Amino acid sequence: MADNSLNDLFINAVLDFHNVMRSNDISLVYEGEITHSITKAFTSLTEKKMEEEEEEGKIQKKVFHVMVECLQNISKHADNNINSYSKDGRGIFMVHKGDQEYKITTGNLIAKEKVEDLRESLDLINSMNKDELKALYKKQIKEGHLSEKKGAGLGFIDIARKTGNNLIYTFKDVDNETSFFILTSTIKR
Amino acid sequence: METIKIQGTDDTPGIIFDAENKIFQISGRSMPEDVTAFYEPLLMWLEEYAEIAEGKIIFEFKLEYFNTASSKLLLDVLMKLEEMFEDGKEVSVKWYFPEDDEDMEEAGEEYADIVDVPIELVSYDG
Repeated sequence: MADNSLNDLFINAVLDFHNVMRSNDISLVYEGEITHSITKAFTSLTEKKMEEEEEEGKIQKKVFHVMVECLQNISKHADNNINSYSKDGRGIFMVHKGDQEYKITTGNLIAKEKVEDLRESLDLINSMNKDELKALYKKQIKEGHLSEKKGAGLGFIDIARKTGNNLIYTFKDVDNETSFFILTSTIKR
Repeated sequence: METIKIQGTDDTPGIIFDAENKIFQISGRSMPEDVTAFYEPLLMWLEEYAEIAEGKIIFEFKLEYFNTASSKLLLDVLMKLEEMFEDGKEVSVKWYFPEDDEDMEEAGEEYADIVDVPIELVSYDG
């Protein structure tokens, strides 16, 4: 019967989710609108978990920092896909915990016209050493004004400084106007 | 002047702006949902206070965490203090950081580089 086969599909989907999460050591995944209360809930959940697992305090702080900035990036900068009904400020958020590192990954739609600028700033940040990043941060905090969406333009710089690692990113075309932006930040344990 | 006293929460800092007893403190965590809405009244208070402030003023920052959006507003607070300092007021800042938190220590150093007001870095056992 139709109902049953749909059920089977759903069951398989659940099982697939489960397997994908387990095999990729994903400890948290969320898709949807990122609100302030979601940000608070996820950070405190992850914090609690790290405390239980007796993660080093320093690492805990870094993970917390990166999570907040990543979540706020989505809530402030994710664009909707004009060919669908999805809302602004929506995206996917994942936390991976491996033996060697934590990985925070976000994915969200973005207007294609913004891709080049974004790529440029990410490449610039990735090309910089510690001191250069520090100088850039200072310059940006002094000159930068809060944008309309109340971002300070400091998020990526802060993530790069706190993690000491490059920001790994990619853009994937969705349609003529929209790209999907994936960003992974790595925190070594 | 009216005292501002705000209890800290898990996303907003605790605030004491008490002109009468000369206690000025920002502490805890800062990642408010709307940073400008949170900090705007504080900046306005400081602006008013600058008119009447006299004697020694020690401004204490004892933050555990702040997000980048807050970092800009914290700079705005420090810049108000800088204005007072440049105006000849006896203003200084104590920037507290947990002794094992290099990032918070560095944040204090960076603010000290940016604004022209004496900032003393003070570590505590956190």
